[in-house]
Amino acid sequence: MKTRTVLTAAILAASLTSVGQAQTLRWAYSGDSLTLDPHAQNEGQTHTVAHQMYEPLLHRDMEGKITPALATSWAPLADNANVWRFNLRKDVKFHGGQDFTADDVVFSLNRAKMDTADVKGLLTSIKEVRKVDDHTVDIETNGPNPLLANNLTNLFMMDEGWTKENKSEVPQDFANGETTFASANANGTGAFMLVSRKPDEKTVMKANPNYWGKGTFPLEVTEIVFTPIQSAATRVAALLSGEVDFVQDAPVQDLGRVAEQDKLKVVTAPQNRVIFLGMQQGKADLETDSVEGKNPFAEKKVREAMNIAINRAAIKKVVMRDQSSPTGVIMPPFVNGWTEALDVVPETDVDKAKKLMAEAGYGDGFSITLNCPNDRYINDEAICQAAVGMLGKIGIKVNLDAKPKAQHFPLIQNRTTEFYMLGWGVPTFDSHYVFNYLAHTDADERGSWNNTGYSNADVDKMIVSLESEVNLDTRNATIAKIWEQVQSDILYIPIHNQVLNWSMRKDINFGVQPEDQPHFKYMSFAK
Amino acid sequence: MLSMIIRRIGQSILVLLIVALVAFSMFRFVGDPVSVMLGQEATETDREMLRERLGLNNSLLVQYGRFVGRALEGDFGVSYRTGESVAAMIADRAPATIELALFSGILATIFGITFGVITAINRKGFFSQFIMTTSLIGVSLPTFLIGVLLIWLFSVELGWLPSFGRSGVTQLGSWWHTSILTLEGIKSLILPAITLGLYQMTLIMRLVRAEMLEVLGQDYIRFARARGLPLRSIYFDHALKNTLVPVITIIGLQFGSIIAFSIITESVFQWPGLGLMFINAIYHVDIPVMSAYLVMVSIIFVAINLIVDILYLFIDPRIRDAANAGASE
Repeated sequence: MKTRTVLTAAILAASLTSVGQAQTLRWAYSGDSLTLDPHAQNEGQTHTVAHQMYEPLLHRDMEGKITPALATSWAPLADNANVWRFNLRKDVKFHGGQDFTADDVVFSLNRAKMDTADVKGLLTSIKEVRKVDDHTVDIETNGPNPLLANNLTNLFMMDEGWTKENKSEVPQDFANGETTFASANANGTGAFMLVSRKPDEKTVMKANPNYWGKGTFPLEVTEIVFTPIQSAATRVAALLSGEVDFVQDAPVQDLGRVAEQDKLKVVTAPQNRVIFLGMQQGKADLETDSVEGKNPFAEKKVREAMNIAINRAAIKKVVMRDQSSPTGVIMPPFVNGWTEALDVVPETDVDKAKKLMAEAGYGDGFSITLNCPNDRYINDEAICQAAVGMLGKIGIKVNLDAKPKAQHFPLIQNRTTEFYMLGWGVPTFDSHYVFNYLAHTDADERGSWNNTGYSNADVDKMIVSLESEVNLDTRNATIAKIWEQVQSDILYIPIHNQVLNWSMRKDINFGVQPEDQPHFKYMSFAK
Repeated sequence: MLSMIIRRIGQSILVLLIVALVAFSMFRFVGDPVSVMLGQEATETDREMLRERLGLNNSLLVQYGRFVGRALEGDFGVSYRTGESVAAMIADRAPATIELALFSGILATIFGITFGVITAINRKGFFSQFIMTTSLIGVSLPTFLIGVLLIWLFSVELGWLPSFGRSGVTQLGSWWHTSILTLEGIKSLILPAITLGLYQMTLIMRLVRAEMLEVLGQDYIRFARARGLPLRSIYFDHALKNTLVPVITIIGLQFGSIIAFSIITESVFQWPGLGLMFINAIYHVDIPVMSAYLVMVSIIFVAINLIVDILYLFIDPRIRDAANAGASE
């Protein structure tokens, strides 16, 4: 009898240790993935969830570096810079057992270019996708595109047969409104397979036993349980009470409490998103200011005064509780073109700013309305409030108008705001993306977020030249030149780069991914 | 009498139409759905195309007419955010909210009546004073604060109950799911139910107490005492029964508002019901979901009011006579 008990205990203990290696990761975030259809939405959390199950040809690893995924190598053809050749990974299978081949790549990229695909904006430069053989694909672009690879990191590969069988050839269209099979099911090549999903409630994934990356990645997570929890206080409570293991977005005021816990830790890194203020400097007269017949923002000295009146260190300390990295340029540090010299934070000097205002003829100041979102960036409204006080010191009386993002962004898109806050992420990790949307003259497809009225023909020409320049040294020299011009014109008032704080169980080894996209195949656990 | 009922139904439909119109004209101030739906890379052409496809370029009245026309056929459109049919979303979310509302309604009724009776019978006792004081907290603290306090106490500090979500869900048939069949599910129901029902409980308790005090002072109670009836029978058979008419009316009316205003409780506890769905819809300017939800809530209120009105006709002969007289004029 006694031996049997001992034996049972031993077996139990043995089975417990083997269970100990199976790691379930309970993960919480404020929002849910919008759809499982990988091409239907171009949105952060939707991509993050998709990345666990689907894979692109290449992706950004936990440091933000481009890494091979389903393609093993890629380069433009020697004799034709318009064509990129991708060599595909062999012996890769979808979760359903189908082989991954060149046909799937052609199918997936064409699907992502359809009208109802929200990701089509990333693929505008692609003219045609051609199969060369089963494991080689050529992508032809309209003119040379040195950044093609940067645009493919969130373009997921689906199985042609599976998608067609389930009548999901066309990406889910919220306007026409059928829920497609692909929006509720997933069949990718990724490290995790979908087990179950209830939108806004819970999504469960388990490790893919046939994943090609075995040996390449830690793959220690065997199951992922993802729960969206909207209320920030509840999300933190769930972490503190041990009901979840990993939270991407604990509010800054609670980070101290999380870090104090014995079983938890907070890992911090800069995020790919810069926050800044824009000023309408092109109009002859502003509507929301107190100056008649003139536009104070058109005066460079006024912009310079504003730039040095903002005390970024104080915003970091008081508003952001140290969770930001102040900057002097509107690009995060990972972006190609970033230098330490550009990043230097302008020194706050209220006296000099006042002098500049007087020299510009605004010694008595003026008033202006600042439009600000209140639910988009970390502490967005509080940052604007701080800026109001700081600008007040140099005589600029700012009326703050803070609104939800759904009302704020149309003001910028419709060019109805004259002084506004905007945040910008750079998914291609290249300066061209910043210039093209924020500095190029607002015309046709370019400059679509440039609400400053800034228009400089030389800058425009240089921006366009970046798109086809394949010599990287020449290209980088042009980027530096554009920055020099834009910085000396004080086009925007940079404030800071946001910082990501991932809170997790102490035994988890995981770095912070600059795009806020955890890839759980990289996660490992302390033994 | 029949004409009175028909007139009431007609008025109810008019109220529904007006609610829908007011809701519709408000949506223009919620923001632009298109800017939320498309990413930052979208061009003005893309936005214009999507606006056209969604019919957002039509005038308010055209959009309203289209909405009412489709709603009459039971089609509430498709969510801008998830692409699901709104009717299906509501059907899927309703069981969670109704279950939560029922559970908290029952809790509120049982405890409300019990505490009400206790505090009325034994006005000066320590227990009664304690309940009366703490009930002030229930009335005056905002719901989200109560929720967060309960989470802090029972989940973070004591670790007894889950802090969020609806777990242990069992599917019953094709259109109902419940969490009351598993221990895990009941545990996840307790905190949100208390949060949602606390205000109703204190309301019922104070109402029962006031009514009881009034009834206990009346002659027939004194006669009952004089006849030497046992106290239990006096309090519960005679007094309590006579206090219940207004209490039942309040419980009925409050039930509608529990369902309609579970928004805060649901977002604090991440309870996957209608309130959470509505909050998400506002956040994403999901107009079809918002309009369907508002119409649904107004239907609940109008229906409850209609039923109460009709019940009065049967209960109170004075109203019935007045109605009959009016009809014959």
